[in-house]
Amino acid sequence: MTETQTYSFFLGCVMPNRFPNIEKSIRVVLPKIGIELEELEGASCCPAPGVIRSFSEPTWLAIASRNLALAEKAGHDIITGCNGCYGTFKEALLEVREHPDRLKEVQKVFKGLGLKYKAKAEAKHLIEVIYDIGIEELTKKVTRPLTGLKVGVHYGCHLLKPSKNRPWKQTERHTFLDELVELTGAESVSYTDKFMCCGAGGGVRGSNAPVSNDIATEKLDNMMDVGVDCVLNVCSFCHLQFEVAQAQVNKELAEKKYQMPVIYYTQLLGLAMGLEPEELGFHQHMIKTQPMLDKIPE
Amino acid sequence: MIQASARSRCVTVTTTEEKPAVDVDDDVDLEFVEMIKKTGGPNIQNCYQCGTCSGSCPAGAFTNYLVRGIIRKALLGLKEEVISSPDLWFCTTCYACTDRCPQDVKPTDVIKAIRNVAVAEGYMLGPHQKVAAKVVEAAHAVPLDKESWQNLRVKVGLEPVPPNASGNPWAIDEIRKITKKSGFEKLIGYEEFMKAQKEKAKKKAEEKKSQKKE
Repeated sequence: MTETQTYSFFLGCVMPNRFPNIEKSIRVVLPKIGIELEELEGASCCPAPGVIRSFSEPTWLAIASRNLALAEKAGHDIITGCNGCYGTFKEALLEVREHPDRLKEVQKVFKGLGLKYKAKAEAKHLIEVIYDIGIEELTKKVTRPLTGLKVGVHYGCHLLKPSKNRPWKQTERHTFLDELVELTGAESVSYTDKFMCCGAGGGVRGSNAPVSNDIATEKLDNMMDVGVDCVLNVCSFCHLQFEVAQAQVNKELAEKKYQMPVIYYTQLLGLAMGLEPEELGFHQHMIKTQPMLDKIPE
Repeated sequence: MIQASARSRCVTVTTTEEKPAVDVDDDVDLEFVEMIKKTGGPNIQNCYQCGTCSGSCPAGAFTNYLVRGIIRKALLGLKEEVISSPDLWFCTTCYACTDRCPQDVKPTDVIKAIRNVAVAEGYMLGPHQKVAAKVVEAAHAVPLDKESWQNLRVKVGLEPVPPNASGNPWAIDEIRKITKKSGFEKLIGYEEFMKAQKEKAKKKAEEKKSQKKE
């Protein structure tokens, strides 16, 4: 039996406000594998590590610390489903733990706000928590094996790097997400530059869409070359990137060249656990998911 | 191997005919390195120009963004050249360079530190100012700012407003206090930006009104 663990669920911005289908799948699937989610009332933007930290590092650190302080007050560790938010919290915690003067600086900003912060709560990515349950335990939950489904796994960046401040055993050529995908019965197909960035981060999506789209379509082309049925991600910003880039490039090309369904991990796991596509938000994607769902045996 | 293919829609500038060489004798600011070290790039002087960063860089494969070049220019004290360059904003902060750098320069952090200096000196891109203003205004960089987003939440079976800052005015208030105290509002020119936004919206509404009359 899996032991139940409770976390403060940090939503971030993109997931609840643009792709709530991801949020829904997380809320449905996680409790079924022993991960209870508690709301983190009043949490803000993490804030984004590529934009806000690029403008003012001290402001980024203060707002990140406020979110961590809310979890600390609740007595739980944070769980997030976005690589960007994960990166912010991991780096913000390291900064104040390695430099006590930075913690004092944050506490000074918090003065008068009634916020207490000691950097006690940890931040985890939901993939880290799911992987810790173990492949064997998780496989027991599979009632509808996704046999025949070919998946292009996209890890994203901040889940893995900087690797000195991440929990994974290795620094390159990771396999944990492929293992998590394959326990559903689907096949994780290898493709060129699998560990390359999606092209959204650092403020590039917002300020320079052509560069951002070039990087995204390079990855999509590489996946299409090996015939995958969908791209699988574990980050709400990578998810947005693959959905939006395909729509934008199709418009530019005036043809529907890119029609690759973009799937979040808990959606895939939920399907394999026998949940209905609609419960997992499959009906609210920008790129239609039906062609991929049609491949799954009844 | 990443290949910048013929499909690429990005414009790259690489020759001295298209882009003049940098005159290293001009405008040297030796305080710049110290500034970067303080703002988040303490290891910048470790760099011995091996180029591992640029060889690992996805943005560099599609544009003329060169991490190694920016670091070298910064070390030479070419502050204005570095902070005014649009290249600075091509980094997707993927951390591939940071992971592979044999000198622990932490190039991603160096780039972010240089961006902090650039913003402080008035080099902020329009879309970035907008994102920054949204964090101050709504506590979210991508806010729940339209009814259609609430409807989308309902369509997937969720509450229309999530339990984060969007549904909690006290939380937005706290973020506002933090951004005021840290100097962020002033840094991004928040008041002026919001004023300009309001005027723009007013003008648009008036135009719509007069169009209706016609």
